[in-house]
Amino acid sequence: MSVPQIEIQLIAAIVAAACALPGVFLVLRRMALMSDAISHAILLGIVLAFFVIQDLASPFLVLAAAATGVLTVALVEALTRTGLVKEDAAIGLVFPVLFSVGVILISRYAGNVHLDTDAVLLGELAFAPFDRFEIFGADIGPLSVYVMGGILLANLLFIVLFYKELKLATFDAGLAAALGFSPVLIHYGLMTLVSITAVGAFNAVGSILVVALMVAPPAAAYLLTNNLGRMIIFSVLIGVASAIGGYWAAHALDTSIAGSMATTAGLLFVLTFLLAPERGIAAIARRRNRQRWHFALRMLTVHLFNHEGMPEAAEECRVDHLHDHISWAPDFAQRVVRYAERRNAVVEEDGLLTLTDEGRSIAREAIVE
Amino acid sequence: MDLVQLFEELLFDYTLRTVALGSAILGVVSGVLGAFAVLRRQSLLGDAISHTALPGIALAFMITGSKEPIVLIAGAILAGWVGTLFVMSVINSTRIKSDCALGLVLSVFFGFGLVLLTFIQRQPEATQAGLDKFLFGQAAALMEKDVLTMALLGAAALTVLLLLWKEFKLLSFDPEYAATIGLPVRYLDVLLTTLLVIAIVLGLQTVGVVLMSAMVVAPAAAARQWTDRLGIMVALSALFGALAGVSGAVISSTTARLPTGPTIVLCVSALVGFSMLFAPARGMVWKWLRQARNRRTLVAEAVLCDLYELSLQHNRKDHAHAPAVLKAMNVLRAGVSRSLRELKSRGWVAATAEGSWFLTPEGRAEASRLIIEREGDGS
Repeated sequence: MSVPQIEIQLIAAIVAAACALPGVFLVLRRMALMSDAISHAILLGIVLAFFVIQDLASPFLVLAAAATGVLTVALVEALTRTGLVKEDAAIGLVFPVLFSVGVILISRYAGNVHLDTDAVLLGELAFAPFDRFEIFGADIGPLSVYVMGGILLANLLFIVLFYKELKLATFDAGLAAALGFSPVLIHYGLMTLVSITAVGAFNAVGSILVVALMVAPPAAAYLLTNNLGRMIIFSVLIGVASAIGGYWAAHALDTSIAGSMATTAGLLFVLTFLLAPERGIAAIARRRNRQRWHFALRMLTVHLFNHEGMPEAAEECRVDHLHDHISWAPDFAQRVVRYAERRNAVVEEDGLLTLTDEGRSIAREAIVE
Repeated sequence: MDLVQLFEELLFDYTLRTVALGSAILGVVSGVLGAFAVLRRQSLLGDAISHTALPGIALAFMITGSKEPIVLIAGAILAGWVGTLFVMSVINSTRIKSDCALGLVLSVFFGFGLVLLTFIQRQPEATQAGLDKFLFGQAAALMEKDVLTMALLGAAALTVLLLLWKEFKLLSFDPEYAATIGLPVRYLDVLLTTLLVIAIVLGLQTVGVVLMSAMVVAPAAAARQWTDRLGIMVALSALFGALAGVSGAVISSTTARLPTGPTIVLCVSALVGFSMLFAPARGMVWKWLRQARNRRTLVAEAVLCDLYELSLQHNRKDHAHAPAVLKAMNVLRAGVSRSLRELKSRGWVAATAEGSWFLTPEGRAEASRLIIEREGDGS
């Protein structure tokens, strides 16, 4: 690995971790699409700040542009409060306007400086190491590492310091308000973090990828655990894995690093969606299947138990009679009987079924329930 | 360029006519289907669908090597469909909520589209030129066959919508009732979403992936302010969509370095702003005016009652009081002088030569009526 390669991966990993932290709370608070709105709207802030500061990686630009993100949140809320449009429509109305103004400003006035829509929208991580951070003339690494590292630290600090408040405001806003924590303050604090993170990451990875890194890893982590602390840790790990895996995939295919990171994050989500231990599709299917067989076993034992020792038992307790009585298809009835035999619940002799002690206790349990 | 000249060019200039027609079709179709999306609170589904179209376009090009509009549109529709189904299955089978699923699909599909686009661009025999116009749209590059494709697909979508108008209306306002009377709600839902996918994909070439969602939300949000009837709302939404589409596309294709998508979005957003401010009944300007008028009436009534109170404390019925006294008594502490002028014009109060005020007999009657009315309300 060459030095720029290591540096790119370092930046990607820091960006992913920085995005995953506030992303967890966005997902839990059902505001994931706010990241979409903010990451688009800050384009306007970036353009305006760029006209003044003339340096895309400057920390001042990050702060100035982040103000647009918070403005977006405030605008969406103001628009919703008029009662004229619903919240989802308000989001869909606000950010396209701000984004459009940003795009038009870029294409009209910034055509020949280092700021074009593609770079801002799509990001170009490969160029990130070119902007160096120098102290007293000594090169101490890419500027992005320091800017994004600072943002990551800020996010971490906010979450550690206000963990209790965030948790409460996220899961029970009413109780938080009643106890005197201001949910509004927490809300805007979080939105400020999202905005700052989005602006910082913009330069390195582009606006759409910011959304991917804020939403996909927490969504996957949400399927893996019920514990907030663990969800945060899993999100960061999945984010960093997407960043590094995405980098190497892009390297192999010679394609966009940002897009490849988003794709990897998506694939990791799909993997979790399918295979998560409790909430994955496979686990759900397995559980349903087990329940289906278990239910059939109980049906069978209860049916046999009811007719046990009765005069009609010789008729009712035949395997081929199950079709008429419980309306099971003949082959399904056969499979249920095999399953019940494996469980030592029944014994079959010349097509006649007899309950074992084990089978009787299953039936009694089912009847009591 | 003056209006007559513009009108002539719209009729006779090939580029401008194509651009205007294409944008009008896009505006009508997305306006109509957007109305349903907004009413069903699916405004942001449009955002997700338009982003998912990007990998569809890229894949269609990679597989067929063709840039025919119908091929790319087919790819986009297919990808939009896959994305929508993925959103639905994630929401239905996990605890993940719709906002998260939409954000996920939107960004991941877009990222994947980006991977494919960059991949195509870096092929040595690259003939991708024109694929990246799908990002922000390029109305000036519309050709007659694009417009023809848009018109045919759009007409098909609108026909289906009209044929199932009653069903879709019920689905949008009361899906439970629709299910109770035996309508196949799930199929209708999928069908309506498919129509939305078609509407969005039609606009991608003109407005672009990133901003197409605004064409779904904004015309409908504007139309909603003017009416409470679905039919009128849909018609207005189509009209607004077309108006914004044509004006935005024409402005951008006659001005250098003005990307189409953003220009159309600003036009349609201006319509939304105008509607929210000035639409009768719901407009905010009328609401503010109403509030101001109510506030004025309240202050005037309060001043009248204050004068009445004061007059009860004095034997002479025309005992006059300085405005300062009234201002001190007034709860809202504002608008006393104006209220006095207004009350005077109604003949309820009169001023003495020194500028003090007293009640006229009519004013006394009015004030006692008001006080009785209020006490009646209070009890």
